[in-house]
Amino acid sequence: MDRRAFLKGGAVTAEKKASPANMMRTNTGIRPYSGAWTKNEVMHLLKRTLFGASMADIRYFSGKTMQEAVDELLNPTAPLPTPPQKEYDVTGAATPDNDVANGATWVNSVNNDGAIQGRRRASLKKWWIGCMLQQDRSIREKMTLFWHNHFAVETVDVGQANLLYKYVNLLRTQSLGNFKQLVRAITLDPAMLYYLNGRLNTATAPDENYSRELQELFTLGKDNNPNYTEADVKAAARILTGWRVDVNIASFPAYFTASRHDAGNKTFSSFYNNKVVTGRNTATAGEIELDELLNMIFSKSTEVSRFMVTKLYRFFVYHEIDAATEANVIEPLALILRNNNWEIKPVLATLLKSEHFYDVLNQGCIIKAPLDHAIGMCREWNVVFPQAVSEFSDAYGMWNYIMTIASNHQQNIGDPPSVSGWPAYYQVPQFDELWINTDTLPKRNQFSDLMIGNGYTRNGKKIVIDAIAYAKTLQNPGNPNLLIEELMDHLFRIPISQQTKDQLKKDFLLTGQAQDYYWTDAWNAYLASPATTALFNTVNTRLRGLFKYCMNLAEYQLM
Amino acid sequence: MKRRQFLQQAIPAAVIPSVLNGFSARVLGDHPMLNALLNTYVESDKVLVIIQLNGGNDGLNMVIPMDQYGNYYKARTNIAIPENKVLKLSGTNAVGLHPSMTGLQSLYNSGKLRLVQAVGYPNPNFSHFRATDIWMSASNSNEQVNSGWAGRYLSDQYPNYPNGYPNAAMTDPLGIQIGSTASLTFQGPSVNMGVSISNINSFYNLINGIQEPAPPTPAGNALQYVRLVARQANQYAGRISAAAASVTAQGTYPTGNTLADQLKIVARLVKGGLKTRVYMVSMGGFDNHALQTNTTDTTTGTHATLMQRLSDAIQAFQNDLKGMGIEDRVLGMTFSEFGRRVRSNASVGTDHGAAAPLFIFGSKVNPGITGVNPTISANPAVGDNVPMQYDFRSVYATILENWFCVDKVSLETIMLRNYQQLGLCINPSCDTVNAINDPRNAGINLITNYPNPFTQTTMLNYTTNGGHTLIQIMDASGRVVAVPLDREQLAGRYQLFFDGGELPTGVYYIRLQNGAVQQVKPMLKVR
Repeated sequence: MDRRAFLKGGAVTAEKKASPANMMRTNTGIRPYSGAWTKNEVMHLLKRTLFGASMADIRYFSGKTMQEAVDELLNPTAPLPTPPQKEYDVTGAATPDNDVANGATWVNSVNNDGAIQGRRRASLKKWWIGCMLQQDRSIREKMTLFWHNHFAVETVDVGQANLLYKYVNLLRTQSLGNFKQLVRAITLDPAMLYYLNGRLNTATAPDENYSRELQELFTLGKDNNPNYTEADVKAAARILTGWRVDVNIASFPAYFTASRHDAGNKTFSSFYNNKVVTGRNTATAGEIELDELLNMIFSKSTEVSRFMVTKLYRFFVYHEIDAATEANVIEPLALILRNNNWEIKPVLATLLKSEHFYDVLNQGCIIKAPLDHAIGMCREWNVVFPQAVSEFSDAYGMWNYIMTIASNHQQNIGDPPSVSGWPAYYQVPQFDELWINTDTLPKRNQFSDLMIGNGYTRNGKKIVIDAIAYAKTLQNPGNPNLLIEELMDHLFRIPISQQTKDQLKKDFLLTGQAQDYYWTDAWNAYLASPATTALFNTVNTRLRGLFKYCMNLAEYQLM
Repeated sequence: MKRRQFLQQAIPAAVIPSVLNGFSARVLGDHPMLNALLNTYVESDKVLVIIQLNGGNDGLNMVIPMDQYGNYYKARTNIAIPENKVLKLSGTNAVGLHPSMTGLQSLYNSGKLRLVQAVGYPNPNFSHFRATDIWMSASNSNEQVNSGWAGRYLSDQYPNYPNGYPNAAMTDPLGIQIGSTASLTFQGPSVNMGVSISNINSFYNLINGIQEPAPPTPAGNALQYVRLVARQANQYAGRISAAAASVTAQGTYPTGNTLADQLKIVARLVKGGLKTRVYMVSMGGFDNHALQTNTTDTTTGTHATLMQRLSDAIQAFQNDLKGMGIEDRVLGMTFSEFGRRVRSNASVGTDHGAAAPLFIFGSKVNPGITGVNPTISANPAVGDNVPMQYDFRSVYATILENWFCVDKVSLETIMLRNYQQLGLCINPSCDTVNAINDPRNAGINLITNYPNPFTQTTMLNYTTNGGHTLIQIMDASGRVVAVPLDREQLAGRYQLFFDGGELPTGVYYIRLQNGAVQQVKPMLKVR
């Protein structure tokens, strides 16, 4: 598939300027962090590894040591999400899936009707958003997104929703597993066989699409010198011939057809030490030759490990990697990946427990991706969604809204712009600045304005930020200074000046008055009589004004 | 000019016929659909500047009731302004200004200031928050309204905002708020109609392209990037900057005066060509429960400084507008969420009160004074308040009708009810030009009662000029305790029997309202 240009339409990003010469950088490395473990560090860890940090999450992890917190995040115990449900109607389908009850999952139901598949794809995407919104206290959902960006497919191209569910499930179940095994699994993943044409790759009509991306995007990258050659792409493509997908049985398997496989010997370039993979024509030829191919690629262990560690680093820490970071972080982590036989967890554990990760210079420097912004907003403000089980239809409707919002902000889950994933995760030199332009920034603000204002109403249900309920989760909401302090600490990863805090307190909570007790009195009056509309409105309008303003600040876009 | 006329004259025929099948615009001007489309929009170059005095301004020390100086002095000896220091206003000996308000004295004497006495609302609320919300929303005291009066006006004039804005007809923010953030005043039925310039520094940064400092860290770098895009994305930033930049010379303003700083910006933006209709600025510090004045000299101290800043800023603003030739386009008004009690407290301050005077200023005001001094009893109780003579919503309604030419039907929608017109200003473009009511009515008794004092019942004698006539009975704190009359009447003298048997003993006020006229008189219930 051709890679498409990311930016469509007339939105303008500001021009990337080289990082200012005076910008401070750090020399810290992967030594275990031994500094203070305060709310600040907890929030840094959570905002990077979850979608937003709720007050409850922050309190929970504050009660643990840093080591315990990271270990818990890396070892999810919660069961996997239940599979997506049939929440769609079947109007217009020539072959409606009447065998699937409303509310039951469709993932094991064979149905090749285009209308049904379209609705299942939509159902999958909504469900995926629901998984993020309801995530457990682990890094699993964030890693699932990481792998989706790394091993990108586009649902609109794959078409078959049942294959797409298997793909998402693979990423989620192996999100903290072994990288090499994951590459093998994704190579034979039915959705990927559709997306990069593996199922059409035969001895007589070889298709190099997957073979190229396997090396260029999934394992080695294109920046090595020397690197794999065009001949290597062709040779690997021949190894990968013969795989197909059966969409007519409920397990939707990939399978190998020896007669479609290129049984000749495949010879690789000097980059791979002129390796020859002997051609085979047996029923197991596909798997045997694939293993040889992957062993050969992973024998370039330095290149592969650096490539993967760099990608993880950019996703979780910062996009710019200078010489010190290269030497003190990337290289040692790459060694850990190699020494642990491609297990991902030891790398993440070392990184997330390192003094480099908690370095103050690495805090607050990532611009939120649209999913971080939209899902994080819902989670941090404790937005209440319809019950996923008893009101599943309404829940899917709301998840669909959040999906649409993130999509309008240029991150459409399930449909990254190309096989390379979202450019903000890789595109030199702008990286995450690409998320923010004159089109998307006002849209982000409009979304937060809506959520703190009237909320989004659909089918008689509403999702909205409950300003008072949020304030009640703070330690001392009756004290305007402490309220502002805790709010700023929660929302922003970059310090806000005392002058600004005082101004916001005065403008919003005190309505221009000088004495703090006016807010305290108003809050206490509301607490004493919460059903009195006037008392409720008095505090609610002030809190909403403050929260709205805060979410419109540039600082809110950082994490 | 009404929008309909404006469209008929200004919209080229080629624009309308494509939508409306080639009928001429003039004919279509009477087409019901087009009428609905045209709605109530009125083309106008008039500007309103609202000055909010945060904290509850002490009206009795700003506008001193010279005709009752003895009782005034007795009620607040520790903060009373000495009689010989009060600034005189031409044409009256009854009313004087705080000694530091020489600027407003001069504006009054040159016919550019109107004073409206005892503005408030029935059943006053003494919470800053709630009272501010009432003033901004123009709601009743016991009513929750979540939109603001100016927001409703702008929403009426510019439907569907912000969808499709800015556009060729309205290139600029509808309302601009300086000095605070997203005020309820500008809240429309669904969105806020105003644009906030959250502080003056950021305003200067906006027009001068200065970035606020961000730390020299990766996070600071990202922050600067987002801020840069935010500025580029601000659809009004360019217009505001250009308007400000096009004005290179302005009059002199006092320094160290934040209100003056804000008004200077407003003058600059108006002169710079923004079509923005409503500006809102504010100053704080009026909540003076203690040490409102210096004890050695009551003409100095906190409140005196505030009075001076307010007065100096308005005068400088007015002079600047005149110098730039835009004086006739701008009308200003002050308001505070409430006044203070009649009696001062022992800590040389005043506590939260009810009605208070406000100022309307500009070259197009009807100069003079609306209303009379509040009656100060010889021995006011601690809780006694200045009773309301004019509902603050009458001030808004008058400005909307007589300054922005809002028609009666829209006016009632915007203001939620029908309010008395006060004839405060003149805009000859408007259909309705309300005559000035001169209800200082010295010696004219529109309403009296007998017997007074009374024990159980008393007879109200009143005169109406016909039309809607309202009589309210308020207690000393400003609460409306009875409404003996509220209906249309023919002109004439009437009598009304009032039974106050259920009321506790004490001071009450009878308020008569008839069209633009009203009068408030005290009466006393005794055992």
